[in-house]
Amino acid sequence: MRGGVSFRYGVLVLLAVMVLVPFIGIVLAALHPPGSQLNGLSIPDRWSWENFTLAWERGNMTALMRSSLLIAVFVVPLSVVLATLAGYGLAILRVWGHRTLSFGFVMGLTLPIELIVVALYFNLREVGLTNSYIGIILAEAALFMPFGVYWMQTHFSNVPEELVEAARIDGARDLIVLARVLVPISWPAITTLSVLYFMWSWNQFMLVLVMMQDPDRRTAPSGLGLFVGEHTTDIPLLAAACLIVIAPIVVVYLLFQRSFVSGITQGAIKG
Amino acid sequence: MARELTSSVSPPRAHEARGGGRAAHAPTRPPRWRGRRARGWLYVLPALAVYLGFAIWPALNTLRLSLLTWDGILPATWAGFDNYVEIFQDSALYEAILHSLVLIIFFSFIPIGVGLLMTALLMGKVRRGMTFFRVVFFLPQVLPLVAVGITWRWLYSDSGVVNQFLDLVGLGAITRAWLGDYQLALIALGLIGTWVMSGLCMMLFLTGAQKIDPSLYEAAKLDGAGSFRQFRHVTLPGVRREITVAGVITTIAALASFDLVFVTTNGGPAGQTNVPGLLVYRLAFNEGDIGGASALAVVLTVIVVAVVSAVRYFTRDES
Repeated sequence: MRGGVSFRYGVLVLLAVMVLVPFIGIVLAALHPPGSQLNGLSIPDRWSWENFTLAWERGNMTALMRSSLLIAVFVVPLSVVLATLAGYGLAILRVWGHRTLSFGFVMGLTLPIELIVVALYFNLREVGLTNSYIGIILAEAALFMPFGVYWMQTHFSNVPEELVEAARIDGARDLIVLARVLVPISWPAITTLSVLYFMWSWNQFMLVLVMMQDPDRRTAPSGLGLFVGEHTTDIPLLAAACLIVIAPIVVVYLLFQRSFVSGITQGAIKG
Repeated sequence: MARELTSSVSPPRAHEARGGGRAAHAPTRPPRWRGRRARGWLYVLPALAVYLGFAIWPALNTLRLSLLTWDGILPATWAGFDNYVEIFQDSALYEAILHSLVLIIFFSFIPIGVGLLMTALLMGKVRRGMTFFRVVFFLPQVLPLVAVGITWRWLYSDSGVVNQFLDLVGLGAITRAWLGDYQLALIALGLIGTWVMSGLCMMLFLTGAQKIDPSLYEAAKLDGAGSFRQFRHVTLPGVRREITVAGVITTIAALASFDLVFVTTNGGPAGQTNVPGLLVYRLAFNEGDIGGASALAVVLTVIVVAVVSAVRYFTRDES
């Protein structure tokens, strides 16, 4: 059995290396002198931290970061709250027509953004919501809604019925059952959903590319997408710009990981 | 003491009501027909409104636009099904659809396999470093695909890490600029998808596996099942639902891929990595062919729905 464990670790380490090599590569690349030619993984002669300042200035990062944060800060709570309410209505209250509604939301999971984005641009242009944060926030909330509703509904329908019934017999109103009984035991699911929503909002590219023409109000990834076109050959500069854009999401991910993992492991319904 | 009385199961107010006499304090029940099932609509309505207004309504409008000839500025004219006919006559358009089907292998099939492997390796005996591996494996999934694309564009380049590795292991003869290779660009692109999606699949499966009743493993152990058979007969059926979810998410990511292609190859070389998403964007916002873009988006959606239905069908619960 000893051999089995070593074999497991061997495969796991191999997989981890395959995942990490691109990161190591890009960090090393970002530390080479600006404009230099690279050859695969190599240690730079001199650590060139100036790439980061250069990329920040040339990439207009202050404005991009601000837009990205602003959008995520509104999208995540809005979507999580709406999805939780809807999941509760569908799974626990079983509203009239809940089957049709669930089906409608689940079908939304399969709608590619390409189907929505073309007409959405012209619809929002009519009401003056292109080039606006509100338009992007609402569009992202709508895009993420099917998954959130599906996720919360699946989660709530796994809650033992006796738990809800016990609270109801005690005379609790619907909203109190949700807030005091279901939400506290559902933190793992809600945390996971919030983390996913934050990532999707931070990383959303096509929607922002189409809806936001003002370069100062684009999000970090969409700004980066255009930055590439202007600096194709300056690998150290590009690598630094990439690292700047991914840094916030990696930090948030690593911070959340603790509660994320412990949430998943400890927070199982039956525990 | 008071906190213990008002346990997490029943809210404080309910206890007061019980103590002070139910009839007086319990909320008045509305007539049955507008009871819980009707009131529940208030909970669903906000989500539904946002979803209908900003997803379903534009989707229906794209359907309408697909039947028009429109440049986005001048008045539109009726085109009927001309835009659809054109998709199947224009080889660039239907080849883009074929490319996205090939990407399913790399975005969906392989990552689900790798995700299951990671889950199997992380279940049971592996205690030390479990969190580390999870964090690392999921990492690619949290990154913006634009940044992933820029990174891999460099890894795949002439002087990139992939060629450096091949040189190192004596395969210097096959080195090339992978994303510029007419035959292999699509596969190279697909493997980026594998790198990104495997961790997502793993995380879904691990979450599902946590919900499996531990007594099932105990029972399997008593029956003499080793770790492989425990995985095969307890874990695998236990995460069936998560496999479906993973299959659906990754398939949509493959078919509707845009970000990655936009920054790595932008469809090249010679259209070999064109995907529908890229052409929808190009037609609608660069070439002013709104009708054509909409029709392609509709065809793409039909394919997504068909493939996703197939995924659901093949992973359905037989019981």
